[in-house]
Amino acid sequence: MLNIRDKGAAIWEKWNRPQRVTFALVLIFFVALLPYAGEFPLTSFLNTPITSYQATLVYPVAMFVLMALGLNIVVGKSGLLDLGYVAFFAIGAYTMGILGTTTGLNTWEILPIGIGLAMLSGLILGLPALRLRGDYLAIVTLGFGEIVRIIALNLKQTGGPNGVVGIPNPPAIFGQKFSLDDHAAYFWVIFLMIMLVIWMVRRFTVRRPGRAWEAIRQDEDVAALMGVNLLVYKLWSFSIGAAIGGAAGVIYASKVMFIAPDMFTFNVSVLILACVVFGGMGNMWGVILGASILAYLPERIRFISNSRQLVFGMVLLVIMNVRPDGLLPRKKREKIKQKEAK
Amino acid sequence: MRLEIKDLHVHYGKIEAIKGISVVVNEGEIVTLIGANGAGKTTTLKTISGLRKVSSGAIIFDGQDISNVAAHERVDLGISQAPEGRGIFPGMTVLENLEMGKFHRKNRKAEMDEDLDKVYTLFPRLKERVSQAGGTLSGGEQQMLAIGRALMSRPKVLLLDEPSMGLAPQMIANIFRIITEINKQGVTILLVEQNAQQALQRAHRAYILETGNVVKEAKASDLLNDPAVREAYLGTGAHS
Ligand SMILES: Nc1ncnc2c1ncn2[C@@H]1O[C@H](COP(=O)(O)OP(=O)(O)OP(=O)(O)O)[C@@H](O)[C@H]1O
Ligand SMILES: [Mg+2]
Repeated sequence: MLNIRDKGAAIWEKWNRPQRVTFALVLIFFVALLPYAGEFPLTSFLNTPITSYQATLVYPVAMFVLMALGLNIVVGKSGLLDLGYVAFFAIGAYTMGILGTTTGLNTWEILPIGIGLAMLSGLILGLPALRLRGDYLAIVTLGFGEIVRIIALNLKQTGGPNGVVGIPNPPAIFGQKFSLDDHAAYFWVIFLMIMLVIWMVRRFTVRRPGRAWEAIRQDEDVAALMGVNLLVYKLWSFSIGAAIGGAAGVIYASKVMFIAPDMFTFNVSVLILACVVFGGMGNMWGVILGASILAYLPERIRFISNSRQLVFGMVLLVIMNVRPDGLLPRKKREKIKQKEAK
Repeated sequence: MRLEIKDLHVHYGKIEAIKGISVVVNEGEIVTLIGANGAGKTTTLKTISGLRKVSSGAIIFDGQDISNVAAHERVDLGISQAPEGRGIFPGMTVLENLEMGKFHRKNRKAEMDEDLDKVYTLFPRLKERVSQAGGTLSGGEQQMLAIGRALMSRPKVLLLDEPSMGLAPQMIANIFRIITEINKQGVTILLVEQNAQQALQRAHRAYILETGNVVKEAKASDLLNDPAVREAYLGTGAHS
């Protein structure tokens, strides 16, 4: 099958700096215009039948891309299986919900608090859990995801099963207003966050943390022999992932104005993980593509709405058989390793 | 530099793999640890490099008990291991693997080129293959890479776990020649081997390990001529 990843990388390698910058700017320009794609005849096929296209673009599409990029740092880059990623999304959302309705703080002020709390909970969970190996980590994180949801369900401060209502929208920033129907504005905020994450991960990849994560993913023991402090770098990976999940949660709560525990089920963790695996673990562009497709397609082809989950599962199954490493897998040399391991 | 293992016990769960061994490695020596499969050689090396916990006993390095020092900090002290079965990073290139060997050093940029040169001088084959993925190297090349990478951290003592495993006879001779060469450059070596013949020829002193116990300790040349050792480990009886 056509190897888009290598082709793309080869073209990118050939370009000089101005060419790369131009390409990036053009790409950013077109993505920023995505909310209006539904209005042009040429791209109007993107319109979704039931929910508004613009709303779909914000949630789930952009939101899933953001979270999948965050989870990719943990699962794809560092090889730590986190099955409770929804917990950090929930912590961000409830931080926004509670502080937004009980204090005078606005979304932009709560955003760093939500990120901080998500990171902190990532550290508190990670400190004991990251000492465990593979399967245990998966189980512990899965449990954590459920615990956060159950706490939200039972606490008075979180509104129990009724959740939190009347969460304020963000105040205007740089002249851009945010109201419930201003989907494009939210899209741009999330798009900005996505770009920030891409930039950050690209930096990390070539620097110490990225190398440490790569080493840990390939062989933990050998990484330790190289002088990699396993716990410290795993904690970094885990809490950066958590921070991104938290940021997504804050924006989400502030947009939908209402949150309840049943929005933060294990299903969400699985869906985000599916985005990562489906797109190509460890390769950001693959993850972005995977998340976009998995989030968007079910909204677009709702005419099969009753059997949506079934069709969806079957498509995933077929694709994972044809391309077991995802749509756009990480660098090809990894494949050799997998073959040898068998 | 002096590495001393005192009455070391190591467990895997309830099973005692190392049952109270004492080993000394002096500065500048090649010391070899030989023994059959499952004798506890790898376990001993892993415990020295910190991948396994000490149950009781002590590991003394440069006069300091390092039993409770974390594995990643022991590299800073000057202990470097080329793990059993090569243990390279298969998805990293040769160069990236070598660079990982210097991960613990903060000012690694300055020393990098110098040390890469040293490794390439010992293993010219690696230089030809800098951008090849580690996992696609031949077995012998992987072994060279594992040793080269261990040298990148500028170790005082180098722990080698069966560097000759799975190699053709010619390659084995080559690897052992290079081990002697590294030792002459001032690196102390603790060498674990099944190939007792080669190991005993290259080493100064030797320990024989049997099911977690040291059963013999002597000058390597003496063991080469010891009829019992020849029978058990060199595959040639006293009469031959
Ligand atoms: N992870 C483990 N869990 C349980 N037992 C182990 C583990 N690793 C090793 N052992 C046991 O400890 C004993 C010593 O193993 P070790 O790997 O140190 O032997 P070795 O001398 O290196 O053997 P070989 O020459 O085959 O590499 C063996 O009985 C082995 O089965
Ligand atoms: Mg062994």
